[in-house]
Amino acid sequence: MTDVASTATRPGRSATSEMVRRLPEFLVIWVPLLLSAAHLISFSIWTIWISFTPSTLIPVTGWVGLRNYNSVLASRNWQIAFDNLLLFGIAFVLLSLTTGLLLAILLDQRIRGENVLRTIFLYPLAVSFVVTGTVWSWLLNPGIGIEKLAHDLGWTSFHFDWLVNRDMAIWTIVIAAIWQSSGFAMALFLAGLRSVDSDIIKAAQIDGAGPVRTYWRVILPTLWPITVTVIVVQLQFAISAFDLVRALTNGGPGIATQLPALVVYDLMFQRSQLGRGAAAAVLMLLILLAVLLPYAAWRYVRQRRAAHA
Amino acid sequence: MAALSIRALSKRYANLEVLKGIDLDIESGEFTVLVGPSGCGKSTLLNIVAGLDRASDGTIEIGGRIVNDVPPKDRDIAMVFQSYALYPSMTVRQNITFGMECRGVAKAEQEKALANVARLLQIEPLLGRKPSQLSGGQRQRVAMGRALVRDPLLFLFDEPLSNLDAKLRVEMRMEIKRLHQRIGATIVYVTHDQIEAMTMATRIAVMHRGVVQQFADPDTVYRYPANLFVARFMGSPPMNTMPARLEADSNGPVVVIGSGRPDEVRLRLQGYDAAASYVGRDVVLGIRPECIAEGDRVFSGAVGPPVMVTAPVELVEPTGAETIVLLRLGGEPAQARISPDIRPTPGTTASFALDIRRICLFDPETERLIA
Repeated sequence: MTDVASTATRPGRSATSEMVRRLPEFLVIWVPLLLSAAHLISFSIWTIWISFTPSTLIPVTGWVGLRNYNSVLASRNWQIAFDNLLLFGIAFVLLSLTTGLLLAILLDQRIRGENVLRTIFLYPLAVSFVVTGTVWSWLLNPGIGIEKLAHDLGWTSFHFDWLVNRDMAIWTIVIAAIWQSSGFAMALFLAGLRSVDSDIIKAAQIDGAGPVRTYWRVILPTLWPITVTVIVVQLQFAISAFDLVRALTNGGPGIATQLPALVVYDLMFQRSQLGRGAAAAVLMLLILLAVLLPYAAWRYVRQRRAAHA
Repeated sequence: MAALSIRALSKRYANLEVLKGIDLDIESGEFTVLVGPSGCGKSTLLNIVAGLDRASDGTIEIGGRIVNDVPPKDRDIAMVFQSYALYPSMTVRQNITFGMECRGVAKAEQEKALANVARLLQIEPLLGRKPSQLSGGQRQRVAMGRALVRDPLLFLFDEPLSNLDAKLRVEMRMEIKRLHQRIGATIVYVTHDQIEAMTMATRIAVMHRGVVQQFADPDTVYRYPANLFVARFMGSPPMNTMPARLEADSNGPVVVIGSGRPDEVRLRLQGYDAAASYVGRDVVLGIRPECIAEGDRVFSGAVGPPVMVTAPVELVEPTGAETIVLLRLGGEPAQARISPDIRPTPGTTASFALDIRRICLFDPETERLIA
């Protein structure tokens, strides 16, 4: 700010050269911002509008009220997808949170090779979800993956067919998702652990708290703002999960691992029911808002409180 | 009984030796201040006493027991940290009782100890608050409460006042001193602030480069600094030190500043028998600024008229409570503390009274005090 102000008042500089100087700022900040905002807002509005029309293969005008919503909500496909989302969302968030926290605590013990391990744990995040899904679909495939390996090694009674088991298939998605993103939780938690004042840990040592009590009572309670952030980011991913599921199970076996994003895709591009697809998409948006709005409110309250203190 | 004995203690990090053979004996009930510039090893020493760091060599005894291999919690110590180190997620009450909870003290007893400490420190209204809702001074008080509630053999304070503003620092300084007088605890207090050391300590250990330079009561440290480092570190403004030459005539030793110059200053010394062997040699003369005063000053306890010098005035700094004057004695710069209402004009000469009974002489080679 001060820099801009001082150059603006510098004598001998014309307004044109000032504009030329600031052109890159406009190009890299405002153009992408406006474009993406326009995309986001206009297409959201367009989708909401479509969801109230009788559109099928192509968008048409007309008004059908909540008919599309009712039919989506009543469909078995959506109901299974929603139940799956609840199970997947909760299991995935809790497990990736605990895995990430555990990894972070273990890495925080001043171990050798920390940098290498940290990179290894964080690396899955750099892999695309499609790759993760495909690799895990091979690993979990009883015919070519882990089960086959165990059989070849002589453990013939080994049985691991979750991928093709209707009741357990959703857990394969949980496993792959945890593999992909617990490194992210670990990185955030590790940063949190590192920012704890070392005097506090010394004080706990003098007070006679052992390592477990020190973590549980002194260190971990300071991490809850990070925990909330991790939960929100992971939930966002869980709600909009598409590519991972598409590559790993494609909603199968049958529709056992259906998730909302797959339902939207299915309705819009496989069954040519644009109106219903749009309605399902809007429902997804509502679920997302149910997570993000309380988070935004929480952050607002926290900032207000911090400003007061 | 010695509450704390440190014997031949040293600490090395790879090639760096931060503590070199420290020996200290601290009696029960003493308020010992470890003072020195940053990097002198005082905090490392405190951490080793607390058991948060290990000594490379030497022994530490607390209450007659060698504690080198005893974990911090079993050393019967309590520590107050510079950053207060309060547990951020706990209330004041929980912060104070956490140690007792870890040691498995009964709930009723915890409550009693908490109530006592809260009353002593007047923090009763704060017990339900979190550290983030407290001011700096209140946090400091809670940190002390957490230490006091333990009733340990030894209290360790690691620069506890350096995060407070100047006014609060003075208040808390008095409060800690009052607390010490009231409960008679044994305290080891680390600071870089020589005023804190002078005002609070019953004994001061001045540290520099990993060595204890002097370990004595504040008056001795101030009056008879063991070497030039201590002389220049303690006191604000510090002791004036300047090269001089020791001579003698039939009436005894005379110290000469600026020997051979037209404005040389000759001061006849009395009672400096220990300096006899330095006659005819160079010395370093030390004189406290308060021993150079305006011409009509009568120094307390002085017999006969004071020694007078006429010296050029270079700079005048009125502080309100006194006037600091930069002058030249035999060509050497020196600071004087004179009455606040006297303002000599810079560039002129003025006459000053010297309290030569309190002159210190140092060996220019070893920098040690001669007399």
